[in-house]
Amino acid sequence: MTNAVIAQTPLSQWLTAGSRRFFRWLTKPQVVLSLIMLVVMFYMVIIPLYKLVETTVTWQLVDASRIEGAVEGELTLYHWTRMMTGIFGKIYTLTPLKHSLTIAIGTVFLAMFIGGSLAWLVVRTDMPGRKLINQLAVLPYIMPSWTLAQAWLVLFKNRTQGGAPGLFEYILGVSPPDWLSYGPVPIIICVALHYYTFFFLFVSAALMSIDSNLEEAGELMGANRWRILRKITLPLVLPALLSGFIMTFSKALGTFGTPNILGSPVRYYVISTMMRGSLAAGDKADAFVLGIMLILFSIVTISLNQKLVGTRRSYETIGGRGFVATASKLRNLKKIIFVIVVIFQLAVVVIPLGLLTYDTFLLRSGDFSFDNLTLQNWVGEPNPLYNDGEPGVLLNPRIWKTAWNSIKLALYTALFSGILGVLLGYAIVKGRGTRLSRLVEQMAYLPYVIPGIALGAVYIAMFSKPLGPLPSLYGTFALLVIVSIADKLPYSSRSGVSAMMQVGHELEEAAQIAGANVWQRFRRVIFPLTSAGFVSGFLLTFITVMRELSLIILLVTRDTQVLASQTMRYVEAGRDQMANIVILILIFITVTGNLIIGRFRGGSLQKGLGTR
Amino acid sequence: MDTTIRINNLTKKFGKVVALDHVSLVIEPGTFLTLLGPSGCGKTTLLRCVAGLEDPDGGEIFIGDKLIFSFEKGISMPPSQRELGLVFQNYALWPHMKVDKNITFALEIQKMPKDEMNKRVKEALKEVQMEGYEDRYPREMSGGQQQRIALARMLAYRPKVFLMDEPLSNLDARLRMDMRSEIKRLHHVAGATTIYVTHDQVEALTMSTTIAIMREGVVQQFDTPDKVYHYPANLFVADFIGNPKVNLLDGEIDGKNLVDLGDFNINVDTYHATGKVVVGVRPEDIVVSTSPTPGAIEFIAYSVLPSGADSTIVARRGDIELTIRVIGISKIKMDEKIWLSFDPQTLNLYNKESGNLIIS
Repeated sequence: MTNAVIAQTPLSQWLTAGSRRFFRWLTKPQVVLSLIMLVVMFYMVIIPLYKLVETTVTWQLVDASRIEGAVEGELTLYHWTRMMTGIFGKIYTLTPLKHSLTIAIGTVFLAMFIGGSLAWLVVRTDMPGRKLINQLAVLPYIMPSWTLAQAWLVLFKNRTQGGAPGLFEYILGVSPPDWLSYGPVPIIICVALHYYTFFFLFVSAALMSIDSNLEEAGELMGANRWRILRKITLPLVLPALLSGFIMTFSKALGTFGTPNILGSPVRYYVISTMMRGSLAAGDKADAFVLGIMLILFSIVTISLNQKLVGTRRSYETIGGRGFVATASKLRNLKKIIFVIVVIFQLAVVVIPLGLLTYDTFLLRSGDFSFDNLTLQNWVGEPNPLYNDGEPGVLLNPRIWKTAWNSIKLALYTALFSGILGVLLGYAIVKGRGTRLSRLVEQMAYLPYVIPGIALGAVYIAMFSKPLGPLPSLYGTFALLVIVSIADKLPYSSRSGVSAMMQVGHELEEAAQIAGANVWQRFRRVIFPLTSAGFVSGFLLTFITVMRELSLIILLVTRDTQVLASQTMRYVEAGRDQMANIVILILIFITVTGNLIIGRFRGGSLQKGLGTR
Repeated sequence: MDTTIRINNLTKKFGKVVALDHVSLVIEPGTFLTLLGPSGCGKTTLLRCVAGLEDPDGGEIFIGDKLIFSFEKGISMPPSQRELGLVFQNYALWPHMKVDKNITFALEIQKMPKDEMNKRVKEALKEVQMEGYEDRYPREMSGGQQQRIALARMLAYRPKVFLMDEPLSNLDARLRMDMRSEIKRLHHVAGATTIYVTHDQVEALTMSTTIAIMREGVVQQFDTPDKVYHYPANLFVADFIGNPKVNLLDGEIDGKNLVDLGDFNINVDTYHATGKVVVGVRPEDIVVSTSPTPGAIEFIAYSVLPSGADSTIVARRGDIELTIRVIGISKIKMDEKIWLSFDPQTLNLYNKESGNLIIS
């Protein structure tokens, strides 16, 4: 048919027709958007990744002066051999890698246990106060991940590192053993208590969608409760568990704050802290080798899990909406379990915050008596006796600037991510089934497998020199915004896609037929209808950016300091009280922002996380 | 104004699936055309191609003299310039706009003066008997009401062609009946060329002036409801149209208007065909008698299913099973002997191999 047409029609006409068709394809809104998005993401993700690899296989400027025969810019495997073999490789790569994996795996299992059991108690039992627990369960996630680490030190700090001991030793007079104060055990506990929220949300969503008739059927057949849990409930929530696994694993693998606080003092290094060290020492290429290792491990675990989730996906549809949920009776255990859960919530939220707050009022670290209380750290005038003459945090203009930076960063990122999300969602959903749409979707997913600290490293590699039309961005605030947007791409695109799916293509088509052009369609139909999803996404991004540390720790400079990185500066300078004040300010801003934004359009954090 | 819709050789593929296979139709002005067929037959795709929501992979479409689509020339007019209105299966009312805003959306884009817009809203709502609903949000109305608003939204900007994509399929049976007559009335008053997609044969038969029955992207028959029902062009159409279904009997014709059905023979009208054929007879065209009559063939009443206005009788003789429809509540008892006779005028003969109707 087509051949016949070509034969009949003159070439010129055939060419005009072809170019018209091509032009029409090219001017379809989803195609235009897809292409723009591809270019944007190419700059934000692909080029940085390329630069990262390139840096590790070429001689760097610092090498030229150190190593004979090294010419800057020429190919070499030097960095890889150095980082992977011999005693150097063992100290710089293999041991930290082992530590990172230990922490990631330990965290995943502990978080799964906590989040999973809480979810089951809240969704599936008659435990009292379930609503309250449901609300409280997301609180640790709102707090910066290293809050618990700081609180841990207030409680369990020992004299190994010199300096003042913690409350434990102050009260009992016995120094806590090293394994309790520092290293993998406290790190895993603190990280898991932060990330169990993923499991909690995923598993409760899954449990809520399971028809409890399925369990009752098992009960009627005479299976006991444990057997039902094991044979029926667990397989049904498996996909949720695996999603939680992926999220938690890659986050824990690249986490920086907690290992830096609880690991570094006893030389328990993980990849992220090691990277920071190498960068500080000027060994960019070495740091990037570590970054690539992190990315590789993250990719391997995630794809393994994707395979597992993929084969079990069929479970997800079970139950659907019209489910019957009958609560399991906890009978006489009811009160005991309730008390345990309440104590747990206190232990992960109230006690740490209380300890941190108390600590900020101490004039001298480690002396927890009442006559040592002071407001010096908060509002004290500069006094050379305390804090090296720095004024109280609230009187320090630098902190105010830092706080403002944090807010600006979170707002800009949330805004741009939200817009990007809607546009990506439109491009992907509208083009469903086309190769272009798939490409856009996959590309937006890519930052997911790059742990935050590695992404930060990538951005140093890329933006330290001018690139194409872009000037050198290192040290600018814009760079922080861009890297944060890149980091949130997978979430933005996914929430954009789910928002667009809910809108349904007919609504836009109806507007199209009514004569609305692309801009009118976006302004009057698509934006208003996706706004609820936009707000939820905005909220989540705001919170996560506000307390993001791993991602930006390598990129902040003196002028672009944000609250999160400021706490680390104080910690590293040994001024824990000041660090804790900054953490409290950070939490205060996050919670306030959460409340303010949540007022609009019924957006909620749960919704934001639930759709991801 | 000429609103003849001419579709030439329209082809549309989704990947390897051929949704439309060289479809050609001429739709005269004022026609109420129903595209009818099982799901996946391409009827909705054809409608969307006319609307401009899909780009076909071949062929052309004219409305009047206006070429709105041509693959060869690379032309595809945007939907808004085709001057047509579309009612969607799920109504597609914008949930964040009240009824009046839904209706005036298109008018605002045309920059129509306010008074004129208000007048149009009133008129349109009156036409669908929904006066006074201007301030409702779509979710505050029932499905039937939403559908009326969707119709009003289309009527308000007075398109030259009405397109409707299974507009009644989400309504319950009673409401569907009411809306059928409303839509038919609207078409009668407005006189606009209408293309209506449905998989419900009753809708097609009751509402249309013309039916196009489709299967796997090919139009099987393009004809009036009467012709489609009484002279189905092939076995697919015969089997698809009619409820209860047509009786199809395998047999062999001898060239002398006698079909040998194995167990018995029946006379058909003047056919000169020979060879293997299928005889199609509608359930209501079989005459039932409780006593032997000349030329009638003895059957057993296998099952009798009265349903008020009519009754369905399933009759058996050997391997042959026939469905018969009689008016009123049948007095025939199950397992009773009955005698069936056939009017040669009402029988259709199909070529067994090609499945096509043999014209007498």
